[in-house]
Amino acid sequence: MAGKSKTIKVDYLARVEGEGALYIRYDDHGVHEVQLKIFEPPRFFEAFLRGRDYTEAPDITARICGICPVAYQMSALHAMENALGLVPTEPLRNLRRLLYCGEWIESHMLHISMLHAPDFLGYPNAVAMAKDHPEVVQRALEIKKTGNALVRLLGGREVHPINVRVGGFYRVPGLESFQALRPQLLEAHTLAELMTRWAAGLPFPHCEQSYECVALSNPSEYPMNEGRIVSNRGLDISVKDYEKHFREQQVPHSTALHSLLIERGAYLVGPMARYNLSYPQLSGEVRSLAEALGFRAPCNNPFKSIVVRCLEVLYALEEALRLIDTFQPPDEPYLAVEPREASGCAATEAPRGLLYHRYAMNEQGKITFAKIVAPTSQNQKTIEDDLRLMLPKFMHLPEQQLQGLCERAIRNYDPCISCSTHFLQLHLQHEPKRIS
Amino acid sequence: MAADSQLISRQPHKPKLAVWKFTSCDGCQLSLLDCEDELLLLGQEVEIAYFMEASSKVEEGPYDISLVEGSITTPADLLRIQEVRRQSKFLVSIGACATAGGIQALRNFADVVEFTSVVYAEPSYIHTLKESTPIAAHVPVDFELQGCPINKLQLLEVISAFLNSRAPQVSSHSVCIECKLKNNVCVWVAHGTPCMGPVTHAGCGALCPSYNRGCYACYGPKENPNGESLCHWWEQNLGADRSTVIENLRNFNSLSPHFKEISQDREHRQKGKS
Repeated sequence: MAGKSKTIKVDYLARVEGEGALYIRYDDHGVHEVQLKIFEPPRFFEAFLRGRDYTEAPDITARICGICPVAYQMSALHAMENALGLVPTEPLRNLRRLLYCGEWIESHMLHISMLHAPDFLGYPNAVAMAKDHPEVVQRALEIKKTGNALVRLLGGREVHPINVRVGGFYRVPGLESFQALRPQLLEAHTLAELMTRWAAGLPFPHCEQSYECVALSNPSEYPMNEGRIVSNRGLDISVKDYEKHFREQQVPHSTALHSLLIERGAYLVGPMARYNLSYPQLSGEVRSLAEALGFRAPCNNPFKSIVVRCLEVLYALEEALRLIDTFQPPDEPYLAVEPREASGCAATEAPRGLLYHRYAMNEQGKITFAKIVAPTSQNQKTIEDDLRLMLPKFMHLPEQQLQGLCERAIRNYDPCISCSTHFLQLHLQHEPKRIS
Repeated sequence: MAADSQLISRQPHKPKLAVWKFTSCDGCQLSLLDCEDELLLLGQEVEIAYFMEASSKVEEGPYDISLVEGSITTPADLLRIQEVRRQSKFLVSIGACATAGGIQALRNFADVVEFTSVVYAEPSYIHTLKESTPIAAHVPVDFELQGCPINKLQLLEVISAFLNSRAPQVSSHSVCIECKLKNNVCVWVAHGTPCMGPVTHAGCGALCPSYNRGCYACYGPKENPNGESLCHWWEQNLGADRSTVIENLRNFNSLSPHFKEISQDREHRQKGKS
């Protein structure tokens, strides 16, 4: 008997950032092809950065993504400082980490509450979810607001902050303005613990995967702005060797380049990768809560990444309080530097994972080369692999449920498709059995 | 902050709101989700009928108010914007991409084929238009909200104006006026810092000068700007070279007619000299 052939179309993958489609070809023997198609229109940042002034890189690359502009600013200015041999002072370093805490908090809370949680409870969006679970949504919005307040204080505004520059900041706010945020941070910390407990109780599909996790790592702290690039399968390299180990390749079905570990293939970046590699660097309090909830690292179920994001938010709130309590104003808001012919690179941990930038500039400080590898382009292949491995277990489900599950599997990664270069057209093609 | 009573709709039925994305960074749509205090109230007053970044629920059109983010850069965009216009009673373009082409409009001053080959090994797979263009170049737009990114309070003002059938109150004066309102010391006069404030549209709250930085015109031109005079001052009195002047006119709002005209004029003069 021949199996029936079918195609399902969904016109948009909702609650992700950007435009994508998914194509799956399968028959009774298994899944033959999985393509996550990203057709977010290309914007050519790496091309039009050439000829622009090196000081503009943080502001221009911020416009790659409205959800994680701080990450782009950080990777860009660290790369420029690496090129010019500039080493930020300890107080400047701490302020950058504080700004990053703000972005992690707001970006993760946006994903947890608006994009991810509705999936677990069967709502189309957070506003609909708020009707039945007002406390959860309000709690999440309150925490998100705190992250935004931190970004606003240090960066000037939430989307595309204006206060960071190569060498430091344009202006460093006074101690009293940081202190004024303490009560809100403490309140958010209490709420984040409740949020984590709530997330840990959600119903998770069973889906244990085996990943090569890649993230920055350094012995003294949970990674944000610096570290070596390491994996759970023995990779341990300096950022400057990134391109010797990772390769981007273009695939016909996507405007986002796929990034692969040379000779090893797909890998995972983002909250779960960081969590699995740097669990010991989290605070004792965060680890105790994780253990009490049965969420000790490693976590290899992508659906559970919502809990990992909650734990990272909790950590970022603690870290922000620590940085405010130990705040030492820098002697100067920024270190002055003269441009020269130079090249440099840097990677930082964006909320969604490793973000690599490399630049070259000429004597006048005009950019002559730019390369940017965003987290979502690094995860693309892993998302496809997840679906390939997951689908056979769920093929018995009715099509609509199957499709919902595929969309959820993609949303687990919080894909920021504008970055990697929304819209999911799912084509499930069930091929007829061959009669041999 | 107390919820804005202006967000209470006076429309006879619950208006349908749609949010559309074209080529952009999603930052302007995010401004709506950043209205933490007003979001749930807004959800009660309007029906969020189409907002892919925030909801998987899709309501059929027509829509009472459409917010359009992003510029037009692909053949598919050309068709989709016409459809959005057909389906929308009131269409507001939000942000620099939608009102002035965005940073991706830098392709308009270069060779897009070469751009594509810089980024992609197989340019033939990439479907893109030669130019990035604002929404108003393709369909009539009822209101343009400038800014990269937009100011979320101005966005709420535009929505509440619509809910109350009145014109949006969005000032079109310069960033300089905002500085005066904030009692900022002028970074140009006091420190000789080149600043685009005199020709730039208000809306950010004079953010950069408040952080000791010159404005870089992310809100695009104010009403009736005198950019020619500003460039002259930058070059003659602040020692800015011509390429810096052009860079500041050509960042996030390079297609706003005034900035475009002056930057091209400066470029011709530069070429004439070399």
